[in-house]
Amino acid sequence: MQKKENQEVENRPDNTAFTQQRLPAWQPILSAGIVIPLFVLVGLAFIGIGVALFVTSRNLHVLEMDYTGVEKTSPCFSCSDPIKQKNCKCSLSFELDKLFEGPVFFYYGLTNYFQNQRAYGVSKDYNQLSGDLDYFTFFFSIVPDSTCKPYRYDVNNKPIVPCGSLANSMFNDTFNLYQMKNGVKEEVPLDGKGISWWTDYNIKYRNPSVNPLRNAFNGTVKPLYWSKPAYELDPTDTANNGFINQDFLVWMRRSALPNFRKLYRRITDGLPAGNYSLEISYNYPVIAFDGKKKVAFSNVSWMGGKNEFLGIAYLVIGSLCLVMSVVMLIIYHWRNSSPDAN
Amino acid sequence: MGWKVKANDRAYHQLPEFQKKVFLCIKKSRYSGNAIKTYKYNALTFIPLNLYEQFKRVANVYFLALLILQIIPDITTLPWYTTLIPLVVVLGITAIKDLVDDLARHRMDKEINNRKTEVLLDGRFESAKWRDVQVGDVVRLKKNDFIPADILMLSSSNPNSLCYVETAELDGFDPLTLNCVGLTGLIECEEPNNRLDKFIGTMLWNRERYPLDLDNMLLRGCKIRNTDVCHGLVIFAGADTKIMKNGGKTRFKRTKIDELMNYMVYTIFALLVLVAAGLAIGHTFWYDQIGAKAWYLFDGKGYSASHRGFLSFWGYIIVLNTMVPISLYVSVEVIRLGQSKFINWDLQMYYADKDTPAKARTTTLNEQLGQIEYIFSDKTGTLTQNIMQFKKCTIAGRSLVRIAGSKSDLFPPVDWSWNRYADKMFQFMDHSLVATVRSGKDKDAMEFFKLLSLCHTVMVDEDMVYQAASPDEGALVTAARNFGYVFLNRTQDTITIQEGDKENSYEMLALLDFNSDRKRMSIILRFPDGRIRLYCKGADTVIYERLSAESKHTKSTQTALDIFANETLRTLCLCYKDISAGEYEAWERRHKEAQVVLADRDAALDRVYEDIEKNLMLIGATAIEDKLQDGVPETIAKLAKADIKIWVLTGDKKETAENIGYSCSLLTDDMQIHYGEDVKVQPQSNRPGKRKPADPFFTQTGKNALIITGGWLNEILYEKKKKRRRLRLRRLGRRLPPSSPQDGQPMNDWEKEQRQVDFVDMACECEAVICCRVTPKQKANVVSLVKKYKKAVTLSIGDGANDVNMIKTADIGVGISGQEGMQAVMSSDYAFAQFRYLERLLLVHGRWSYIRMCKFLRFFFFKNFAFTLVHFWFSFFSGYSSQVNWFITLYNLCYSSLPVLLVGLLDQDVNDKLSLRFPKLYLPGQQGSLFNYKNFFISLFHGIFVSLIIFFIPYGAFLQTMGQDGEAPSDYQSFAVVTASSLIFIVNLQISLDTSYWTFVNCFAVLGSIAIYFGIMFDIHSAGIHVIFPAYFTFTGAASNALRQPYLWLTIVLTVGISLLPVICIQFLSKTIWPSVGDQVQRNRKKYEADLEREEREKAPAFQRGRRSRRSGYAFSHSQGYADLISSGRSIRRKPTGRAGLQQSIREVPHAENI
Repeated sequence: MQKKENQEVENRPDNTAFTQQRLPAWQPILSAGIVIPLFVLVGLAFIGIGVALFVTSRNLHVLEMDYTGVEKTSPCFSCSDPIKQKNCKCSLSFELDKLFEGPVFFYYGLTNYFQNQRAYGVSKDYNQLSGDLDYFTFFFSIVPDSTCKPYRYDVNNKPIVPCGSLANSMFNDTFNLYQMKNGVKEEVPLDGKGISWWTDYNIKYRNPSVNPLRNAFNGTVKPLYWSKPAYELDPTDTANNGFINQDFLVWMRRSALPNFRKLYRRITDGLPAGNYSLEISYNYPVIAFDGKKKVAFSNVSWMGGKNEFLGIAYLVIGSLCLVMSVVMLIIYHWRNSSPDAN
Repeated sequence: MGWKVKANDRAYHQLPEFQKKVFLCIKKSRYSGNAIKTYKYNALTFIPLNLYEQFKRVANVYFLALLILQIIPDITTLPWYTTLIPLVVVLGITAIKDLVDDLARHRMDKEINNRKTEVLLDGRFESAKWRDVQVGDVVRLKKNDFIPADILMLSSSNPNSLCYVETAELDGFDPLTLNCVGLTGLIECEEPNNRLDKFIGTMLWNRERYPLDLDNMLLRGCKIRNTDVCHGLVIFAGADTKIMKNGGKTRFKRTKIDELMNYMVYTIFALLVLVAAGLAIGHTFWYDQIGAKAWYLFDGKGYSASHRGFLSFWGYIIVLNTMVPISLYVSVEVIRLGQSKFINWDLQMYYADKDTPAKARTTTLNEQLGQIEYIFSDKTGTLTQNIMQFKKCTIAGRSLVRIAGSKSDLFPPVDWSWNRYADKMFQFMDHSLVATVRSGKDKDAMEFFKLLSLCHTVMVDEDMVYQAASPDEGALVTAARNFGYVFLNRTQDTITIQEGDKENSYEMLALLDFNSDRKRMSIILRFPDGRIRLYCKGADTVIYERLSAESKHTKSTQTALDIFANETLRTLCLCYKDISAGEYEAWERRHKEAQVVLADRDAALDRVYEDIEKNLMLIGATAIEDKLQDGVPETIAKLAKADIKIWVLTGDKKETAENIGYSCSLLTDDMQIHYGEDVKVQPQSNRPGKRKPADPFFTQTGKNALIITGGWLNEILYEKKKKRRRLRLRRLGRRLPPSSPQDGQPMNDWEKEQRQVDFVDMACECEAVICCRVTPKQKANVVSLVKKYKKAVTLSIGDGANDVNMIKTADIGVGISGQEGMQAVMSSDYAFAQFRYLERLLLVHGRWSYIRMCKFLRFFFFKNFAFTLVHFWFSFFSGYSSQVNWFITLYNLCYSSLPVLLVGLLDQDVNDKLSLRFPKLYLPGQQGSLFNYKNFFISLFHGIFVSLIIFFIPYGAFLQTMGQDGEAPSDYQSFAVVTASSLIFIVNLQISLDTSYWTFVNCFAVLGSIAIYFGIMFDIHSAGIHVIFPAYFTFTGAASNALRQPYLWLTIVLTVGISLLPVICIQFLSKTIWPSVGDQVQRNRKKYEADLEREEREKAPAFQRGRRSRRSGYAFSHSQGYADLISSGRSIRRKPTGRAGLQQSIREVPHAENI
C-alpha cells in the first residue's frame, strides 16, 4: 500500500561515489614486489636495532646480591627471622674491580612477591592519598574506602592512615653503603630525591595542607605493620614525609610481575673500584612465603638498564626475516616458472 | 455464532451479544473499528517494552548477568561501569533504531487512518476518515480510491456491472446491483480469516437470501480502477480485514552465518568457562602454596583456598567476558543495515521505466545472498514479461516478415494511422505485408487475418478493450485488428467484425473450445452469404495430422515453422474447411447428443469435435513472441557459471515451459533432457535402501536437465495418495487410524522420505530443472524438499500471489516489484523490478556482503581473543588474580571497532564489473569457505599467538630492567600501557592488512583509532582528570612516563613486528602456492579492468543467436477459453489476463482436495 503512494515521487537513488560503492580507493595486494623487499628491509632494520641494543646492553653493569639469609653461610642468616629481632643489622661485603660509572642506581628487589594481586593492589584509598581530610575520619563505615579491609580501622574503630594492604606492607629494610678505604668505612652518599615518578610526587599523592603535618593525622592510627607514622617516615627531611615520602611512592607503584626491583637510591658519582660494605637494617620478612630479598647496583643507558632479551629478540627476528625473504623468493620463482602456474 | 453485519445500523453491532471480554470485565464489541495499529510502542510503553524485547536476546541477558555479578563485592574484578557502559551503548543503539522504525509506523498508521472516504450517514454520503468507518457502513468509492476495508460490493457505475481493481489476485467482481440508500439487509458470513481466495456468506434482504462469494467482495488495500463510482457495504474493518489478518506473521529467517555465529558464541562461552575454571583451579593451588603464606596479602576474610578458587572463577568470567563479544551482534546489525542500504541505493538495480529501485525489505539476510546454491524461479512475469507480440507469419507458404523487431532504427515501424481502430502499442516491421493486406488483392492474406479476427474466444467491452483468456489470443486478435480486421463485438451466436470499410456479422454455429489435449480450437461460422466454414487454429503437431491431402504449402510452412521455432517464437497453424449444409446438420445432431451425455461428456464432445476437424486446408502460421524480460538469458547463463542451479517452477504447460527454458538459455542443446514420466525414480519401493547415495541417477556423461509436471511430482512423492486417503477416511466419519502395520501407512512415512530423498538427489544432479503445472503449494514443497535434504541455501523469485508460498519458504525470497499486485513483494526479502538484477544482487552485492561479513567476523573474533587472552597469560604471573581498567571498556567501543566496521561495510576485493565477469568468484560463498569452524579456529589460534607475543615480549623485555632515568619501568601501569599500545597497533595494522579496498575513510578510521587511543589514554592518564576523580582515574602519568622511553617503544615495535610479519609471510606464500580464483583476479585486476573497458568501447552491436534445434511450439499456453461463457450467454465476466498460472493453480487446489 505504502509502495503505491510513493510511486509518483522520484525514487531514483542518488548517483554518488559512496552510494554506488565507487569511492576512489587504493587496492594493494601482497605481491612479491612488495613483500620480499619489505622483509629484507625489516630484517636489516631489526638486525641494526638488535646490534645497537645488544652492544649497549653489554656495556652496562649490574651487580646483584641476595641478602635474604636463607643459607647459614649468608651474612643475614641471623636476621632472617625479623619477628624475633626488630631492626636486626647485618652487612654485606662486595668488591668492585673497576669503576662503576655513575650515575649508579641502587635497587632493592623482591621475588615471589605478588604485588600484582588484584585485591592487594586495589587495597588503598585514593582520596585519602590525595590528601583529602574527609577520608581521614571514621564516617559511617563509608570512609576510608572499603577496599582497605582489613587494614581500615584499628580495634577502636580509628581509621588507619594510609589504609589498605599495599601501604601496610611497605618495604622497610634500610641500607647504608660504605666504601672500605684503607680499612676505614667511608659512607657513600645515597641520593633519595626524585626516585619516584614526577606525577606521583606532584599530582597523584598529596599531603593534606595542614601545618604541621602531624596534626592532620589526629584521630588516626598508623598502619599496623609500620613502626613509624606516615608523617615521621623521614626524620632527616621534613618535606619527605607523609604520602609524598619517596620510598612510600616507590612502594605504592605496584610492580607488574612477581619478581621485581624497586629503586632505592641514586649514587650520582658512581662507585670507584674497591671494597664495599652494605649495612642492612633487616626488617622485612619474606621467608614465610619463600621470597627472596636482593639488592642491585646498575647503571643505565639511553635504553635503560641491562637487558639482553630485547637485543637478542631483534637479532633473531631480523635474521628470520632475511631467511624468509630468501625462501619466499625461491618459492615465488618456482611457482612462476612451473607450467601449471595460472 | 457467525459473523453478522447489518447494513446502515451502527448500533446493532454494539449489542451485548456481540461483546467480547477484553480485560477482566471490560467488554468491547467484537467488530473492530477501521483504525489500524501496526506500531509497537507508545510514549509510555516504549522503554519497558523495548527493554523487554531486547533482553529476549541471550547476549544481552548474559551481559546483564555479568553486571549483577560485578555488583557482588567478593566476586567483582572489574568496576561495574566496564560492563554497564557497553551494555548501555548497545541497548541504546538498538533502541534508537527501534524508535525510528516505530515512528515511521506511527506516521504510516496515522496517514492511513486519516484517509478520506465517503460514508452513507443519515441518507447522505459524507466524507469521513477511514478510522471512523464501521462495520455495516455503506461507502462510496471513486476511481483510483483505495478500498478502506473489506467491503461487499453493492453497485457499480460500470455498464458491464464490473468493478476493476488493481491487483492481480483480487479482480473480477460482481456487484449485487442493489439500491444502497436505505439498505437494511443482514449479512451472515464467515468469521474474519486470512484466506484471500475464499469468502462465503449470505445476505438477507427483503426476505430473500442472496448467496455471496469472493467475487462480491472488494478487499482492503486494493485500488479501484476503470470504474467511476461504486458502492459497498463494510463487512470486515480494520484488524479483521483479510489483508491485516494476512500481514505481519512472517517467518523469521536466519542466515547460515547467523547460525554459525551463534554456535561459535556458544563455543567461545564454553571456552570461557573452561579457561575460567582452569584459572580458578590455578588460583586455588596458588593460594594454597603461596597466597596463604604471603602475610602481605592477608585480607582477614578467612576463606579457604577452594572458596577463593570458586570466587575467582566468577571473577574470571567477568574479566574474560570480552571473549564473548557484546558488540558483535550490534556491529553485525549495523553492517547488514549498511549493506541493505547499498542495495537500495544501487543505480544499476534501479528500473527507470517504472521508477522502482531495488529494495532490501529484510536487512538481516545480506550475506546469505553470497551463498545461494539453488534458485527457484517463477516463469510468467519473472522470466518473461508476459507480453505476447505478434511477430511473424507465413501465409500460403510465403514467410512475410523478414525482420525481427530489434532493428527499429533501420526500418521504422509500420504507421497505423490509416486504421482508426489500430492499437498504437502494436509494432510491426514489415511494410509490404501491410500493403498487401490493404490492397485487398491477396486472398490468402485476407483469409488469414479474417480467421484471426473470428476464431477466438476474446471478449470485448465498450471501449474496444479486449479481454482474452490467454495473452496469445489477445496478441493475435490485436494483430488482426491492426491489419484492418477489427473484431467489434460478439453475442451469444454472432461475431461482428469490420473488414476494410464494411461491418460484417457472422453467425456462430459452434465453438469448439481449446483444451490442453486438443491443443487447438475451432469455430464454425455461417457467412453472410450462407456458406458454412470452419476455422481452426492450433499447434502444428495436431494440425498437420488433420490436414487434407490437397492442402498446399505444407512443406514451405513447415520450413517457416522451423525457422520461427528456432527464434523461440510460439507458433500456431491456421486452417479452414468448408462444410456443406448437409454435413453440418449431420454433425450438429451428434454434437447436440454429445452435449447432453451425462457420463464422460467431455470425452464424447472431443470425439465429436474430432469428426469435424479433419481434412483441413492450411492457410499459414503465426509466430508470437513471448517476450522474455531484458537480459534474462544472459543472467541465467552467468548464474549457471557461478554453479547456481536454477529451477523454473511454473503453472504453464510442459511444452511452453520447455520452450521458454530454451529461449532463456536455461536449457541448451548440449543437455540431455529427461522427462519426469520417463524417469523411473525407483521401480520398487525397497530399492532406495540398496542404492548407494553416491550413485548418480544419470549414467550418461554430460549435462542433464529434468522436466517434470506437478502431477508426476504428486505421484512420486505420494502426496496426493495420502491426501485422498485421509479425505476418504474423513468422509467415512472415521479418524485416521493410528498407524498399524498391515495398514501400509507406517511404511509410507519411511518410503515417502526415501522417495523424497531420491527425487531431490536426482533433480539436483541436473543442471536445470523445470517443473510445470505445479500449484503454489507444490512450489513451496519443492523448495522445502531441497532445503531439507540438500541443506542448501535457496532463493525463490517470483512476482505473483502464487509465488508467495515459495518466497516465504526459501531462505531468501525475492519479489519482482513494479508489476501488478504486491503480494509477492510484501512477503519477499528483496524486491526489484527486473529478473536481470538478480545477477547483480547475487554476484555483486551478495558476494561482497558475504566476504565482508566473513572478514568482519573473523577479525572480530581474532581481536577479542588477542585482547582477552593477554589476561590469561598475565594470570600465570599474578597469582591468578585478574585486573584491568578503563581499557577493557573502551577497547571494543573506540579503539578497534571502526576500521573493522568499515571493512564490513566498504571492502571489495574486486570491483563489481569483475565480480560479474568472473562468476567463479561466487563459489567460495556457496562452499561457505570463508567463514566456518576452520576459520574460527584459525582466528582463535591467531588470537592466541598474538596474545602470547603481546604478553611475553614485554615480559621478557621488562623482567629485571630499569628505565633510562633509573626508575624501574616494570611497574604494573607501564606494563599495561605497553601491552595496550602494542595491541592497538597490532589490531589496527592487522585490519589494514586485511583491508583490500582502501578508501580515505578506511585510512581515516585506522589512523583515527590509533589517535583516539593515544588521545584518550593521555587524557585518562592526565593530571587533571585524576584531580577531579582521584578514585577512578589512577593511571596518572603512566602514559607520559612510559612512552617517553625509547626502550618501551622498541618493545612495542618488536611486538608489532613479530605479530604481523608471520601473517604477511603466510598470506603471501599461500597466495603464491595455492592461489584462489579471487587472488588471480585480484592480481591481474588492472589487466582485466583494461580489458573490460576496451570491450565496452568496442561492444559489438551484432546480436547473434545460436543455432537451436527445432522445437514445435504453439500458442495456447493457458487455460481454457471462454467458450462456455460465450455459449451460455452469461454476463461476461472478466478473467484475469495476466496470471494464468495462478488461475490454474487456484482451480487445481480444490480439485485435489475433492478427490
